[in-house]
Amino acid sequence: MAEPFTTHTGLAVPLDRINVDTDQIIPKQFLKRIERTGFGQFLFYDWRFTGDGLPARGFVLNEDRYRDATILVTGDNFGCGSSREHAPWALQDYGFRVIIAPSFADIFYNNCFKNGLLPVVLPGDTVRRMLRNAAEQYPYSVSVDLERQVVIEPGGPSDPSGAPEPGGATGPNGSPEPGGPSHRFEVDPFLKHFIQEGLDEIGWTLQFEDDIAAYERTRSTG
Amino acid sequence: MPPKTMYEKVWDQHVVKEMPDGLTVLYIDVHLIHEVTSPQAFEGLRTAGRKLRRPDLTYATMDHNVPTTDRSLPMTDEIARLQVDMLARNCAEFGVPLYDLDSPRNGIVHVIGPELGITQPGRTMVCGDSHTSTHGAFGALAFGIGTSEVEHVMATQCLLQKRSRTFEIRVDGVLCEGVTAKDIILNIIRRTGTAGGTGTVIEYAGSTIRGLSMDERMTICNMSIELGARAGLIAPDDTTFEYLAGREFAPEGEAFDRAVAEWRTLATDDGAEFDERLALKADEIVPQVSWGTNPGMVTDVTGVVPDPARMDSENDRRAAEKALSYMALEPNTSITEIEIDRVFIGSCTNSRLSDLRAAADVIKGRRVSPRVTALVVPGSHAVKRQAEAEGLDRVFLEAGFEWREAGCSMCLGMNPDILQPGERCASTSNRNFEGRQGRNGRTHLVSPAMAAAAAVAGHFVDVRDW
Repeated sequence: MAEPFTTHTGLAVPLDRINVDTDQIIPKQFLKRIERTGFGQFLFYDWRFTGDGLPARGFVLNEDRYRDATILVTGDNFGCGSSREHAPWALQDYGFRVIIAPSFADIFYNNCFKNGLLPVVLPGDTVRRMLRNAAEQYPYSVSVDLERQVVIEPGGPSDPSGAPEPGGATGPNGSPEPGGPSHRFEVDPFLKHFIQEGLDEIGWTLQFEDDIAAYERTRSTG
Repeated sequence: MPPKTMYEKVWDQHVVKEMPDGLTVLYIDVHLIHEVTSPQAFEGLRTAGRKLRRPDLTYATMDHNVPTTDRSLPMTDEIARLQVDMLARNCAEFGVPLYDLDSPRNGIVHVIGPELGITQPGRTMVCGDSHTSTHGAFGALAFGIGTSEVEHVMATQCLLQKRSRTFEIRVDGVLCEGVTAKDIILNIIRRTGTAGGTGTVIEYAGSTIRGLSMDERMTICNMSIELGARAGLIAPDDTTFEYLAGREFAPEGEAFDRAVAEWRTLATDDGAEFDERLALKADEIVPQVSWGTNPGMVTDVTGVVPDPARMDSENDRRAAEKALSYMALEPNTSITEIEIDRVFIGSCTNSRLSDLRAAADVIKGRRVSPRVTALVVPGSHAVKRQAEAEGLDRVFLEAGFEWREAGCSMCLGMNPDILQPGERCASTSNRNFEGRQGRNGRTHLVSPAMAAAAAVAGHFVDVRDW
């Protein structure tokens, strides 16, 4: 069962690329494992590590200041390509709880919700600004409130397009309080409900077992 | 009754329960599984103490990580072998029919489904693999799912879904000699980009599509996911019915006639609305070659590597710069000047008998260039047997190709068939992502005929001049 997602405040790391495919997120040589866990060490493997297995200089996740990042800010069409659920497993196991992008590929987007990892769609220019802020400001700590469907940036330089967040949200463990511009995002009510409660989707569908059986009878006699 | 699209018809026939907000419990007729995306789903069933609801509607094969060399030898990759053994144990425990490496029905999941007649018009089909869209060539609503959804289908034979938007792509006119279904779909993705179909189910229509064989239609639908679509559909017609007649799992006799009558009603009604439309003229399409690191980065074989400096959008420019750096290509290089080291003919996109025939036609009586290592991997045991019966294996072997056992092989490089760092490959597969065929390998997507011609020449050539 996935961990429920309600609110999250954490350090954001910018991965400024478009069309990041699931082959990059988790390369195929790691798909032979038969467990759901332990994929975080292989996340973005070919970008994170050199051919000798050493941390690759210049890859953003290897920068010390992003070591504790839990929010990934990235470009359009994140998660395209293969349907491998190993991609959200790897992101989640590495420590990410939220991915913010202007758009996502369908299968990846759905897979995230099954694993307590929240994909958030924000307008392209907002994401572009967040990518810049995450690169230039430190610590750039962002809050995500799923119930109210808002992303709240840290206070500081004011943002003309985002509405200021009255009171802001409280960051845990002394992390700076986001109190800056807030951005509303859309999420399907059903996906929201399931991830908020950490519900077992299979159990939910099984409440319709009689309907499923009735449907099967119509098919077999048709 | 308002006119409906084929997608809406198939959807409506599979609604078990619809909630007021459109959330639907959708019945799944066929569940295909393989060794890579199923072990965690079986484990989930065991942990929750659940049964697999319909083993009789579930079919398993081993394809993704299997060796394509001598099958009588044990698998040397221990972790891959464990995954393959795990599938066998899981199938035995849950009563799922398995086409293992020794089965004459074994092969790539998207090749054997159609070949065995499991894929039929009007069915809903899923698999933990994004290229499940292949089966849409028969008018089946078929899409890839993640492992959590694989478990969901195992337990309930249903999925929770909402309707997708619809996208009609029409291709009309006559294709030039040497231009193939692969060139059509690469040309489409080049126009739409890799996210142009996100959130939609595509229906491919028009006179060109109607004129394609089933193998060619499968190549088109296979790559629907590469423009981001959930599924791609083609209306079933006489070509479809002739293909299916006599297949192992297809209905027989009167039952087949009744099925055909029903399948004929699936086509989109006149006047049905689509959310998006795109139209192409077939005679404007020439052989296509990808130059970058996603399947939308494609150009004509007669063209040159594009110059990022001349791209309008900042995003496109930066992506193209990164891609050219990875691909080690200079802007404005003629495509036909690009030299290659490897050729791969195979994958669920292009490993069927007609693909192998097209490649064999090009190389007959010729030799693979000394600078090139070339590999043919049939899509299934059945394809391999038929090809050998026609003598195609001799044509390939005499030209200097390797002739292998069936599997996904170098399309995704989970088995030992991979590119070495820096190697450049002409590939009939579906993805040219960074590292897809091996770390720092460089993939160019082409049709089987184009790949075969490149194998002989050692660089890309326009197969129309062959």
